[in-house]
Parts: sequence; C-alpha cells; structure tokens
Amino acid sequence: MIAAKHFRLPDISSRFFAVWRRNFLVWRKLAIPSMLGNLADPLVYMLGLGFGLGTLLPKVGGMQYMMFLAGGTVCYSTMNSATFEALYSAFSRMHAQKTWDAILNTPQNLDDVVMGEVLWAASKSLLSGTAILVVIWVLGLSHSPLTLFIIPIALLIGLCFASMGMMITALAPNYDFFMYYFSLWITPMTLLCGVFYPVSQLPHGLQVFAQFLPLTHAIDLVRPLLGNKIPTNVLGHVAVLLIYGVVSYYAALVLMRRRLSK
Amino acid sequence: MPVLAVQDLRKTYGDREVVAGVSFELKRGECFGLLGPNGAGKTTTLRLCLGLTDPDSGTITLVDSPVPQSAREARRRVGVVPQMDNLDPDFTAAENLLVYGRYFGMSDRETRSRIPDLLEFAGLSQRGDSKINTLSGGMKRRLTLVRALINDPDLIVMDEPTTGLDPQARHLIWDRLKRLLGQGKTIFLTTHFMDEAERLCDRLIIMDHGKVITQGPPRELVAQHIEPQVVEVYGDGLNEWLEQFAKSRAKRVEITGETAFCYGDGLESLLENLKSQTALRYLHRPANLEDVFLKLTGRELRD
Repeated sequence: MIAAKHFRLPDISSRFFAVWRRNFLVWRKLAIPSMLGNLADPLVYMLGLGFGLGTLLPKVGGMQYMMFLAGGTVCYSTMNSATFEALYSAFSRMHAQKTWDAILNTPQNLDDVVMGEVLWAASKSLLSGTAILVVIWVLGLSHSPLTLFIIPIALLIGLCFASMGMMITALAPNYDFFMYYFSLWITPMTLLCGVFYPVSQLPHGLQVFAQFLPLTHAIDLVRPLLGNKIPTNVLGHVAVLLIYGVVSYYAALVLMRRRLSK
Repeated sequence: MPVLAVQDLRKTYGDREVVAGVSFELKRGECFGLLGPNGAGKTTTLRLCLGLTDPDSGTITLVDSPVPQSAREARRRVGVVPQMDNLDPDFTAAENLLVYGRYFGMSDRETRSRIPDLLEFAGLSQRGDSKINTLSGGMKRRLTLVRALINDPDLIVMDEPTTGLDPQARHLIWDRLKRLLGQGKTIFLTTHFMDEAERLCDRLIIMDHGKVITQGPPRELVAQHIEPQVVEVYGDGLNEWLEQFAKSRAKRVEITGETAFCYGDGLESLLENLKSQTALRYLHRPANLEDVFLKLTGRELRD
C-alpha cells in the first residue's frame, strides 16, 4: 500500500547539490583507482573482442568490428556505471551506513537526497562514457567531430539508468536483491541490444523485444556518430530514454517516500 | 513560546497505535527527557517531532514552525544526534563537519570558521584529520554531538546519547551537555538510563504503549511515586523472611525473580534484622527514578 501523499510531485530544488558534492568528495579521494576500475572491464571487452573477433569478421553494421564494438561499449559501460552507483553505492549509503538518515536530519528532505543520488550516478556515467570516448579518440578509432555529441547522450543514458537503479534500490531488502535486476534486466540488455552484434541478426520476435529496451536506443544514437553519421530518428530514441528515465525517477521517489517516511 | 510543543499526537502502524495521544512542551533552556521501555514509542515521537514522518493527527510546533508542514525550516534551527552513529566513514572528522554544514546551506568558509571550536568542544582538536574508523566509540559520539552543533541550533535532539559508552565517555558527554545547557541551549533526549535522566533532565516524561504515563521533574516523580528508601534482598530463605518479617514492616514489597525490593521510609528495623540473616544478601539505597520507572512500566522484559 502506498499512501496518496507519497504520489505528490517531486520537490525540485538546488539543495540536492550538497548531496551530490558529498559523493563527489568521496569519489575524488579515490578518483584514479575508481576510474581505472571503471575503465578496465569495458576496455578489455572492447579490445579483446575487437582484435580477437574483429580480424575474423568482415565489416559489421557497415563498419570495422572494433568501431562497431566501441559504440556499444560506450553505451553499456555508461549503463553499468550508473547502475552500480544507484544500486550498490546508494544502497550502502541509505541502508548500511545510514548516511541518508544523517542528511535527512538537516533541512534536506528525501526528494533532495534522491535527486542528488540520481544526478551523482548519472555524473559517474558521464565520466565513464567520456573516458571510453577518449580511448576511442586516442586509439584513432574515430575522429569525427560528431562524436562530441556522445557526451550529452552519455549523460542522458546515465540519468535513465540511474533512475531505474534508484527504483530498484527503493525496493531492495538487501544486496542480493540486485542480482534479479542484473539477471532479468541488465544482462539481457547487454546481450540483446546490439552491443556486440547488430540487433538485426536476432530473430524477429527478439528484435521487436529489443526495441522496447532503452539500451537499444542508446546504441542507435551513439554508434552512427562514431561513424561520422547523424543517427536516424533521434527524437524517437531520445524520447524512449527520457520516458524510461522520467517514469522510473518518479517511481523511485514514490517508493523511497514509502520506504523512508514511515 | 515553547521550543517544542506537541499536542495530542497520534500515529498508527497497521493496527498498532504507536503514539496514542501524546502532549508535552519544552521550555527554552531546559533539558527534557523522554523515557520509556523499548517499543514505548520514543523514537517514533522523535521522528514525528522532526517531521521525518507524518502524524495521523495532532499538532507539532518546532522552534516556531508547524511540523510537518514547515519541517525543513524548523530543522534549520535543530541539531540531531541519532541513536546510531552515522558519521561518514569515507571522511575525516573535520570533513564530516564541513560536509554536514553544506546540508544546512552554510558556506564552506562559515563552516570552516566553526570547525576548530567544535573539535575543541569534542576534545578532538588533534584528531581533525583522523579517519572515522580510527576513532573510539566515545570520540565518535562526541563528534556526532558537535556535528549536530554545526548550525548553532536552538534545540538539540538526542536519541540515547550515551548508549554503548564506557563510564568515562558517558561522563564526558554529560559534562558537554551541561555546558550546552549553560550556554542556553535546549536539549530533548531519550534515554534508557535513569541515572542519566536524573542527572541531566529538568523535566521528563515517561511513555509506555504510546502514552505519557507521568511527567515532571525527576525528584518530584520519585517523591510522588515511590517511598524514599529501598532494600534489595536475595538469597536462601527469602520467602520465609518476607512472610515472617519484612512484609509487615516495609510499606511495599515487589518481587522480581529471585530478588525482593522492600520500599519504605526508614527501614531501620529491616536493616537491623538483615544483619543477622547470614543467608540473605542485601543492598540498601535511596529510591531513584529507576524504581519509579519500573513501578509504572512494570518489570516484565520488553523486546
């Protein structure tokens, strides 16, 4: 049961910034290892599969496999970065460390905390996506000036997945709960949304299914830019990401209010 | 104008009325205690007063603002020391204070100017750069206390300020609280420790099952509810001794498990007789708030 008062609209204020800054200050202390940790996994996938499979493959989706994979990697590492932050890290602060309790005893309210956390998780995504992009530039995989548009898109992807993650955190009784989210949502997206191969290779039913998943639309925005092309149906893809983001942000807030304002 | 005024507060979870019509007022500059066994509704009452949860009915005025409507504004002038230390483990002692100031919208310059005095007050002047996990339990508690002072609040709300601390650490906390009262701060605390309440509180209420069962200054409560002297007795032959001798001489006898509590005015004849009862062990003391508490809330265990 969710009380009617929990459905009130978000109270949006710049107060969230104090929460965001708190997380930023923690991150800054561990910035280098944290960045390396975030980058290592997607880069090993990208370079390993890119060199290993890339030499066996003809052009994939009209481009070199490494570049094809780079587009997917930017998106899925952005997704993962926001997801981990909004699940495990936010859950620690909310549940284990009681950091949120301390914050809520001040003039901050829950809406401020949720907003600070979601924007922080999105900021980490932005950083992850941008870092991969820098590697892409450095390796010379793409020099298109259009790739600069990937930066705001990474932020949008981050906001979308941070909000979804926050919704799951609001429901989580413990850390184990997050496994369901990964098994049922994040892993299927990683494998079905065109990170490693074009969605068009899938059977028709799965192709249709993939169109309902936000990561597909993120990749459809990013990959053409690497190939110096303007993506088709930009508004449609942006709208899907926005709808997922806005709806789950609101759901996250309502569920957090139910959980914490008891 | 009271610092905190609560009128007929009610809150129900499921079919259990956790707070069932509670009213009280805190005067400026006093230390006010909220006592009660586990599950009496103390923490819920505190959460309601801070606007962290909404009451089903009743009114709350916290430092001149209606709560929950203007709870954020009210909390600007309140410092909260929670029951569990929730210091930020990723930060040093000084960083904890700096970051906490930001939640109040304070500029870093303003907060930084307050940090040395606050660390000094906490007895942590040398530990500003220490990580939280290197501090002892008492140090963490003191840091949590000064964190609650970062905004120079009018009212300090403390949920069990000394639970889990050793005697030295408790006395140090008490000393600091007395200094704060001396500076004109108002303190609202919950506690399980009757000696703590007796030492610090000007007035207190005892809650049970969501209701206020008595209120007043600690000494008056003792005088009002309890005979002035107590002898606690236990050992072989206790029951015979009670029947044959004590029950006719003590004003009131309470038995819990193996121990009898004999209450009365003088009790000299009991004490004289006990000297010859080699099988019985006893302790003679003045009655205190704990006796009042146990009399009013019962001696059964609460979980």
